[in-house]
Amino acid sequence: MNVMDTRATSAMLYLDGVHVSFDGFHAINNLSLTLEPGEMRAIIGPNGAGKTTMMDIITGKTKPDEGTVLFDGVTDLTRLDETRIAELGIGRKFQKPTVFESQTVQDNLLLALNVDHSVRGTLFWRGSKAESERIDKVLETIRLTDARNRLAGSLSHGQKQWLEIGMLLAQDPKLLLVDEPVAGMTDVETHLTAELLKEINKTHTVMVVEHDMTFVRELGVKVTCLHEGTVLAEGTIDQVSSNERVIEVYLGR
Amino acid sequence: MTPHMLTRSLDRSATIFLAIVAACGILIPLSNLLLPANSFLQVPTYLVALWGKYVCYAILALSIDLIWGYCGILSLGHGAFFALGGYAMGMYLMRQIGTRGVYGNPILPDFMVFLNWQKLPWYWYGFDMFWFAALMVLVVPGLLAFCFGWLAFRSRVTGVYLSIITQAMTYALLLAFFRNDFGFGGNNGLTDFKDILGFNVQAEGTRAALFALSCLALIVGFLICRAIVSSKLGKVLIAVRDAESRTRFLGYRVESYKLFVFTVSACMAGVAGALYVPQVGIINPSEFAPGNSIEAVIWVAVGGRGTLVGAALGAVVVNYAKTFFTSGVLAPYWLFMLGALFILVTLLLPKGIVGTFNAWWDQSKEKRTAAAIASAAAEDGVTEPKMAEERS
Repeated sequence: MNVMDTRATSAMLYLDGVHVSFDGFHAINNLSLTLEPGEMRAIIGPNGAGKTTMMDIITGKTKPDEGTVLFDGVTDLTRLDETRIAELGIGRKFQKPTVFESQTVQDNLLLALNVDHSVRGTLFWRGSKAESERIDKVLETIRLTDARNRLAGSLSHGQKQWLEIGMLLAQDPKLLLVDEPVAGMTDVETHLTAELLKEINKTHTVMVVEHDMTFVRELGVKVTCLHEGTVLAEGTIDQVSSNERVIEVYLGR
Repeated sequence: MTPHMLTRSLDRSATIFLAIVAACGILIPLSNLLLPANSFLQVPTYLVALWGKYVCYAILALSIDLIWGYCGILSLGHGAFFALGGYAMGMYLMRQIGTRGVYGNPILPDFMVFLNWQKLPWYWYGFDMFWFAALMVLVVPGLLAFCFGWLAFRSRVTGVYLSIITQAMTYALLLAFFRNDFGFGGNNGLTDFKDILGFNVQAEGTRAALFALSCLALIVGFLICRAIVSSKLGKVLIAVRDAESRTRFLGYRVESYKLFVFTVSACMAGVAGALYVPQVGIINPSEFAPGNSIEAVIWVAVGGRGTLVGAALGAVVVNYAKTFFTSGVLAPYWLFMLGALFILVTLLLPKGIVGTFNAWWDQSKEKRTAAAIASAAAEDGVTEPKMAEERS
């Protein structure tokens, strides 16, 4: 089968007419969105706009009632489970930092590396030089080299957020979904995180959900505003933030 | 198991543990057999059998710690795998009785003659051969765990729901094995064993050998568990325990990992049961009682979950206490004491005996290191102000 012929779209991620309801509540309502390869997209929107539900759909945690979700133009994500989707190359950072607290920073990254994830592979695993070099590189990128042997649970909130981004880097997915990366960070940390994401975007496609408008502005990328499970506005930060409806439902007058 | 997995897995507490078990496994049988009966150092036969029982319990505790302590699977039905291993061994021992039974039937065990059965049921075939019985000791619990786990883990049954269905599983087996027409001796179970591999099960030499074998099984089981938990797979298990869905999003097939340890653990529990039966001389359906499985979980909690050494220690300590208290005036209150023990451990020693000791040891080591750095700095006048600066 020739992959090029069967591609329905050139987009890295393609959502069309997606609906999800929970007990009659329409969390996602006719949502359509495309993300081109190499793009970074910021998603904003009020609480309950469906931002996290959208990520749940993309990563296989929630199954949509109807609609199309295509990854890389060929793969229908609605048919796959979380593990399979992660193996395909979609990584996710959660809203609340979820690192493996009782393991060291280094081991967290080791677990995230996109190497053999089978039971047999991990049982007979022996570390390789290439693996430890990759871990070293990620540690440097997320500025946690000195903390490599500390338990992840003992890190500060901001450091945990970075460790989780580092885990995404180790996973080396084609598409990164980053949910509220700067929540609870200081201004300096927020700035560094924006730099980090821009650096990551050079080699990866990224989708960032964030409330912090200063941070979104600093990213300087195309912005999509969600409201009640559907796209309200899309464009540059200036276009979106001057949109009447966006001001009304989200930014406030 | 490759050599690098063994060397990597041995830290200090593991080495001490193995040395103690090996010493017991060699010295206790030797003292029992070689020293004169009136000697102070002679271990009487009844104690050899009793401690042999504890060692089997320790293997069971180890198997529970592997899944509960490292993977967060709280099985409240592990006694079922222990009992199934025990029944497999019991069936072999029954077939060895031959014409020495009350009814003298060379093929059928006494209870079948009593029930007027004419021929051996198909599932008793092969149990006259030791190798087959030994294989079944692993296969039967392993297969049940695999099927049960495959259904439960694939449907993502976790936490308290999984615990409840494991209880239901062992209770269902209890009821089934109570039935006479099930073909395993009904509520009397299997007993009146005569010999194992040609040796009299009652003989001192056989008991001593069984004790030594139990210690060997504990050592091998411990090494397997250590190899598993100190491999990268062990890190994945802990990840599943602490944040299951996060592990899925990293691309690990969580259900396969759970199924793997659950099955390994059930096989270990089966071996423990198989060694237990010839030493206590009986296996009956009460071994499937849900209470037994819960008690085994308490041993692990007392010793310290997620430490392996603690699980084995907890099994021995709690069972020693049980023997001690149930043989005196306090006997009627043992279950209350066990309950109180569980509550006290949960409240005061949530990490268990070994877990608490390890935490204390690490802390005092840190203090010693800090003190050593400070005194080294004090000797070297130049570095002291610099260090103080760094600290401020």
